[in-house]
Amino acid sequence: MTPKEYAMDRPAQAGSVLDPVLRRRLMAVLARLPRQRLESILAQIAPDVEIHPVRGPETGLVMVRGRIGGGGSPFNLGEATVSRATVRLSTGEIGHGQLLGTDRQHARLAAILDALHQRGDHQGAIAAFITDSEAELAQAERRQAEETAATRVDFFTMVRGDD
Amino acid sequence: MYVAVKGGEAAIANAHRLLADRRRGDRDLPAITNDQVVAQLSLAVDRVMAEASLYDPALAALAIRQARGDMIEAIFILRAYRTTLPRFGSSLPVETGEMAIERRISATYKDLPGGQLLGPTFDYTHRLLDPALLEDGDVPEGTRRPASGEPAMRVSDILSGEGLIEGDGEAGGENGPGDITRTPMEFPMGRDVRLQALARGDEGFLLALAYSTQRGYARTHPFAGEIRIGSVEVEIETPELGFAAPLGRLKLTECQMINQFKGSASAPPQFTRGYGLVFGQSERKAMAMALVDRALRADEFGEDRTAPAQDEEFVISHCDNVQATGFVEHLKLPHYVDFQAELDLVRRMRREYEAARHPADDASEAAE
Repeated sequence: MTPKEYAMDRPAQAGSVLDPVLRRRLMAVLARLPRQRLESILAQIAPDVEIHPVRGPETGLVMVRGRIGGGGSPFNLGEATVSRATVRLSTGEIGHGQLLGTDRQHARLAAILDALHQRGDHQGAIAAFITDSEAELAQAERRQAEETAATRVDFFTMVRGDD
Repeated sequence: MYVAVKGGEAAIANAHRLLADRRRGDRDLPAITNDQVVAQLSLAVDRVMAEASLYDPALAALAIRQARGDMIEAIFILRAYRTTLPRFGSSLPVETGEMAIERRISATYKDLPGGQLLGPTFDYTHRLLDPALLEDGDVPEGTRRPASGEPAMRVSDILSGEGLIEGDGEAGGENGPGDITRTPMEFPMGRDVRLQALARGDEGFLLALAYSTQRGYARTHPFAGEIRIGSVEVEIETPELGFAAPLGRLKLTECQMINQFKGSASAPPQFTRGYGLVFGQSERKAMAMALVDRALRADEFGEDRTAPAQDEEFVISHCDNVQATGFVEHLKLPHYVDFQAELDLVRRMRREYEAARHPADDASEAAE
């Protein structure tokens, strides 16, 4: 059974009760954090969670698209490696994990955390994890933005000394 | 007579073993790690990803190490690897306007929203060898300054506000953009397909063609309207989620080239454009791509096609260095039978030539 068929089988489980914005935020941090961070949060909140694989983990390709002129019609820029996994908890929740690169274990951990998030019994811990991770990633981005800002050209006008 | 033979098995095995030995080199030196290549030869990694048409820094670094630094060999290895993987789908188009910018410059506006951000550039270095790098000394971190938070408006949007420049560009059929990895190339091709081919094209080949346009072979009067380097988020539409799943970020270089005007009886003159978008940090490639993209649009603007850079079939058929190296290097493979045939032919031709030149000798020889 594909994940899609499974989700259609159980419409109440398709994530509808949960805020999709929060779920997307969780997926965004799970894709970007180092795998060790996923291992440690999982060990912290649900070390013994029972998991059934539904799909993968597997590595494949996603064709990355750009836009002509930056904002026009899409074109195929080139592919990127992507790893993904879908898991089901013994309580029925389906979780998806997907990220750039070939780290299938990372994708599987992301899928488990997505499933746990939907089960709802770790919502507080996961919400805190999302907030903390976003802050950490934002800090790295801010650092880069500040290093870039230091290379901003401040133009000045040459003043001739013969006034 | 030539008799087909088999052989070389032991020679090949030993050659590959010798290759591994030479690749490792002096065992007294530490081996280079993959992470070191990703971190310290990152522009080499970027080039391999761009021309292999596969974004994966760790695998590109592995390919570079395996190829002993031979870039085209590394590109070849990575391109071959991608054929072993299934395609999961296509991403939503990445939004370069929302890039987390590491470098952004414009040669057309001095003061523009977001400013001129030089970033980690080789520009303005003196291109003098730096012996200090021979010592493994401490390197200070980058200077930091509070970021203005001012969004870096796209230069093309500044001009399009006044209608002074053509739009971003429309191409591709109803089924989305064409894909040269799935459908054999046909000429003439849409601009979408052409950009895909150019994005994976050889940097040196595109650079030379771009240079030729500047030297007068299809002059397009270009300005580097904007070059930006940074990371963008990649998302893939996922029906079972009901939203596009984020996959992480990847680094891109974008070049907006602004070229001289085109107008007609029905449309006032406006600037035309060439576009370059490349994996990783590679502004030379992005600029060359944008120049060649514009030159290849000759027909759209009713320009005479007189130069190599305007010849779509020539440019696109020869810009892929994996194809090019495959065909050039296949000449190394045994052509013993082919050559034997040529050898027989040239000997026969020479006999006929001699016979035609000295008919009398032949006759006298025959008489003797």
